[in-house]
Amino acid sequence: MIPDNFFNIKRCFHHKEFDKPHHAHTHLSSADVRTQKSGTREIKVVRRVLDVNAKMAEQNRRLFAEKGIFVLNVMSSPGSGKTTTLEKTLARIMPEIKSAVIVGDICTTHDADRLAKTDVPVVQINTDEFGGDCHLVAHVIEKAAVTLDLDAIEFLVVENVGNLVCPAEFDIGEDSRVVILSVTEGEDKPVKYPLMFRECEAALLNKIDLLPYLDFDKQKALDFIHQVHPQMPVFEISAKTGEGFDAWIEWLKGKIKSKTH
Amino acid sequence: MHEMGIALQIVEIATASLPADLGEARVTAVNLKIGKLAAVVPESLRFCFDVAIKDTALAGAKLVIEELPVVAKCNDCNVQWTIEEPVFVCQTCQSGSLEILSGRELDIESIEVVEEEKHDSG
Repeated sequence: MIPDNFFNIKRCFHHKEFDKPHHAHTHLSSADVRTQKSGTREIKVVRRVLDVNAKMAEQNRRLFAEKGIFVLNVMSSPGSGKTTTLEKTLARIMPEIKSAVIVGDICTTHDADRLAKTDVPVVQINTDEFGGDCHLVAHVIEKAAVTLDLDAIEFLVVENVGNLVCPAEFDIGEDSRVVILSVTEGEDKPVKYPLMFRECEAALLNKIDLLPYLDFDKQKALDFIHQVHPQMPVFEISAKTGEGFDAWIEWLKGKIKSKTH
Repeated sequence: MHEMGIALQIVEIATASLPADLGEARVTAVNLKIGKLAAVVPESLRFCFDVAIKDTALAGAKLVIEELPVVAKCNDCNVQWTIEEPVFVCQTCQSGSLEILSGRELDIESIEVVEEEKHDSG
């Protein structure tokens, strides 16, 4: 609900004198003639369209802070290797840090089924129940999070819906965001989707085991990333072979520990 | 891609902003500010808005969009400039430490309503 005093009403009347004789509905008898005053007024609203989501995200953030949970929002295009990267990441993190995953997809539970094999508690969100959204929103995260034993975990990963546009716009109450770019995509993804690369704290450049077989210009991709987000840490990894994971896991553990200890 | 959800939010906020004492009023326009960095395509939003307002207090209203440029300020040399291309580096001192002053907006500024007070003249 909006408090009554929330909007400051600025009245801007532009009255047109409809009741002047020459404006009267002359085809009607005088008894039927209704005078009409009409004015336009502007009502100041000044509200963020995504206000409801932002408030819910803050509520989530408070809940996660209270429970001492570090929340990571992982975003990328479809097919960049989010699920495989998370399988490998959790296998490295889990023995030390109790984790859980919320997986967002428009439909199917394929990703959740794969992640469940790592013994990590997984909640699948299918956004088709919420209108087929192309991104996760804060209230959906809250619904999923409360089904987990939040007292038993320190690290919650949210695998967002594969999309480089919309998820960047929606705060879900996370502590950090990372974006995965794979070398099978164009080097110019960062400049095509600058908001995503600006909003994320670090980038993972995945599938580097495929570099010898592709025309992907790695330096060009790194330059584009740093053009949009100077000093952004980039971890070059292969989720398939495990190459490059040491630096990524060390960075991630540092982030988790900085909040939970 | 999420413009319909945004259009529905706009309708909700605008409807909730109508003062209770307004009586027979028609919303003629919704004034919106969208920063160029926001992940919203104005044309798609207009299309969705026209669908979303059907059978609401906003039926027939126009969506007026003011697009705001991406303006940055360098944290090192304090220069302020408008970013036209996705290069977030200070053109004066090459610093990458900058503050985005505008460009991320997705705000409803105001709504315009027409009041039609009808009464018998005689």
